[in-house]
Amino acid sequence: MDRRSFIKSSTASAISVGVGFSLFNNEVIASNTYFGNPWIKIHQDNSITLINSRTEMGQDVYTSISLLIAEELDCSLEAIRIEAAPFDPTNHGNAMLGGLQLTGASTSVAVSWGSMRKVGATVRTMLVSAAAKKWNVPVSSCSTNNGYVMSGSKRASYGELVDLLPQEPIPKDPALKNSADFKYIGKDIPRLDGQAKVDGTAIFGADVRVEGMSTAVLMRWPVVPPNTYGGMAVKAVDKVISYDADQARKLPGVLGVYRIDEGIAIVARDYHIAQQARKLVKITWDLGDTAGLRDTETIMRRLKDAATVKPGVVLRTQGDVKKATSAASSAHKATYELPFLTHANLEPLNCSARIANGELHIWGPMQNPHLAHTVGVNISGLPPEKVFVHVTFIGGGLGRKAEIDFVQEAVAVAKASGKGIRLMWSREDDTKHGAYRSAAYVHMEGALNAKGGMTALRVKLTSPSVISRALPPFIQNGVDPFMVDGLHNLTYDVPNYEAEALIHEVGVRAGAYRSVGYSVNTYAIESFIDELALAAKVDPVAFRLTHLNGQPRAQAVLKLAAEKANWNGPQKPDRFLGVAQFSGYGSFIAVVAEISLDGTEPKVHKLVAAVDVGRVIRPKQLEGQIEGAMVLGIAGAMLNRLTFKDGVVQEGNFDTYKMLRFRDTPPVEVHIVNNDNPPGGAGELGLPPVAPAIANALARATGSRLRTLPFLDV
Amino acid sequence: MDLTVNRKNYPFEGSPDTPLLWALRDHLDITSVKFGCGEGLCGACSAHVDGELKRTCQVSCSEATGKDITTVEGLAPKVAEALKTAWLELDVAQCGYCQTGMIMAAADLLKNNANPTDEEINDAMNKNVCRCGTYGRIRKAIHLAATRL
Repeated sequence: MDRRSFIKSSTASAISVGVGFSLFNNEVIASNTYFGNPWIKIHQDNSITLINSRTEMGQDVYTSISLLIAEELDCSLEAIRIEAAPFDPTNHGNAMLGGLQLTGASTSVAVSWGSMRKVGATVRTMLVSAAAKKWNVPVSSCSTNNGYVMSGSKRASYGELVDLLPQEPIPKDPALKNSADFKYIGKDIPRLDGQAKVDGTAIFGADVRVEGMSTAVLMRWPVVPPNTYGGMAVKAVDKVISYDADQARKLPGVLGVYRIDEGIAIVARDYHIAQQARKLVKITWDLGDTAGLRDTETIMRRLKDAATVKPGVVLRTQGDVKKATSAASSAHKATYELPFLTHANLEPLNCSARIANGELHIWGPMQNPHLAHTVGVNISGLPPEKVFVHVTFIGGGLGRKAEIDFVQEAVAVAKASGKGIRLMWSREDDTKHGAYRSAAYVHMEGALNAKGGMTALRVKLTSPSVISRALPPFIQNGVDPFMVDGLHNLTYDVPNYEAEALIHEVGVRAGAYRSVGYSVNTYAIESFIDELALAAKVDPVAFRLTHLNGQPRAQAVLKLAAEKANWNGPQKPDRFLGVAQFSGYGSFIAVVAEISLDGTEPKVHKLVAAVDVGRVIRPKQLEGQIEGAMVLGIAGAMLNRLTFKDGVVQEGNFDTYKMLRFRDTPPVEVHIVNNDNPPGGAGELGLPPVAPAIANALARATGSRLRTLPFLDV
Repeated sequence: MDLTVNRKNYPFEGSPDTPLLWALRDHLDITSVKFGCGEGLCGACSAHVDGELKRTCQVSCSEATGKDITTVEGLAPKVAEALKTAWLELDVAQCGYCQTGMIMAAADLLKNNANPTDEEINDAMNKNVCRCGTYGRIRKAIHLAATRL
């Protein structure tokens, strides 16, 4: 860090003074103890506020990133309170996601590992230097502990020294601790937001309470949004031909009905009244041409037809797949089919907005405060410095809350109504107007030699684009990097390999869903590798180990998972094991699934995972992330899928879009391989190997292969 | 009409058919009860009404008036302490959105069954959804809390 970044930060931070948003008690905090960096405020009472650049949505960034700062700042954890960062991409942008102030892609800890420890070390070095000058002692005689600087019998709290910091030079390369001296990193420190999340004081999006705020609901175009609507610089198109809201307006408690580009908004005293009023509004919609969206089969057939006849972009070629295949002892083919999925976060989308006194304030569960700010500026017409974005806790994000449609709508309703509003989505709104995990066809081909070794592998992915709508600059040379994850960077060592990806739109909006392209591609690759192993009559673990040549970390987790699941030992009667491995986000995992069959219906009894994410920040958190992602993986493998009729998503609430529940959730074991590699991602690591591990266990149980998700007939 | 929440009386001026959830959230500003589905399918809005576990999106204010409504803030101190401590020790919460509802359902379970098995926990808690997948830890936390009550 240099002086310039501190000064620049200082300027930017001026914006945040007086508008910091407390996540814990709904109050707007005035702060006067800021000393000139965007991440740490030391207060005279020796309390410390850490400003968290990333959004907390369950993945525990408020604790893990805070621990990185606190470790090097050497402060007590009891002294810490946490605030969500204001919009300030210069200082809070995500260097792993194009500098956008955006939380996603399992980047938070990896991107903070160096930078946030350095922030802590910088401030600690300055505190020590300030104390040394004050006491007229050499810096080398000073040490720190738990928020105090000490030298001999002298002792001063950080709070007592804070006034001296502006005079201190900013060290260019402050010394970082040796890992052997870590007090917090790698230890099971309780999560810093844990208490607030069990006593009900954590403020999620819809919990924001601002004087005079009303509730709004929005009646949207009933057709599923196409993959061109909503995202960077995509304006809504008004699809209302006519509407009659006279009855709704007369309902006591209704404060107004407004037409905005996104639909008809009702503003009311409470959510119940708003929903009642909604039933009284009659709208004639321009439904457009929904022929291609007649039903699920039509949509999937359009995707399949494209997969068959249209070439994609070649992502990677090595060796000669054709030649190797014709020389092979046996050649194999399979096609895997995945449905559209909705995120179904337990907190439905919501966003609050108010335009008053020449300022726009936006409050909400936002993974992407960056584009929320952009949208706010565009719709309000206010100068950028008059638009304030307040990020709350997120009640489940899974990528859906990186979209900005819900922010855009809230600002539009606030503008149209002139009121402070809290826009609430019903569960049905949330299900029917998603940015879905893409449906996909993945075609695989492979070749084996006489010794049962894999000599060639070919993959072609066909699906709607994940990111071309939301963040078009990420598309380079026709390749959507989020869609092809796992294909261009295949873990396996195979002499002849070809990967191809075809973006094909089918009129359904797609977006990022936990593990994104990896969830699609790993299902196909790990199922197909298992098919090849069975064809080669080689044990699936041994087959993988052979072809993970040069990937010692992938081999190590695979061996550990197999050992912990007793892969080679005797199994309980009627139980079958399946295995899958995956690497991504700089991390490695292998999973063994144990299943049985009740008639023809599969039941998952246990999942055993071994993971290597490099340096572990908080073991309980890592285990929790892997457990949670694996449970979501079971839901995707067994239950979840969306269906369509005449362009309308047929599922609405949890009676039709089924949730995995207590009874269906087996024990999940996580074994950690700890090492000194820099931390990789953890939040999305657990999901991709689950569906193929279950599929592979099923193939062993039944002798036949299911290639279409989900496995249960729901 | 009055609503008695956590032993305190609140005047409620909305429509009597308002679901209790929205009276609590939008009129009384008690936001620890969460909205997840509005159909009694997820349990995020769980509270106790006259000591019984209810999905507050499925109870109208006309039914709730005159009864004792308890949200997580008003749980009896002993059971609240046992559950919250177990939740914290086992690092249960991830996003946390469902957890106040989970704790209300768990308190109800432990009131009726001092030492539930995994199966009994599954049966009692099956109407509460956690999309972060914390079910395994909740099972363990309920066992742990049971040992301390």
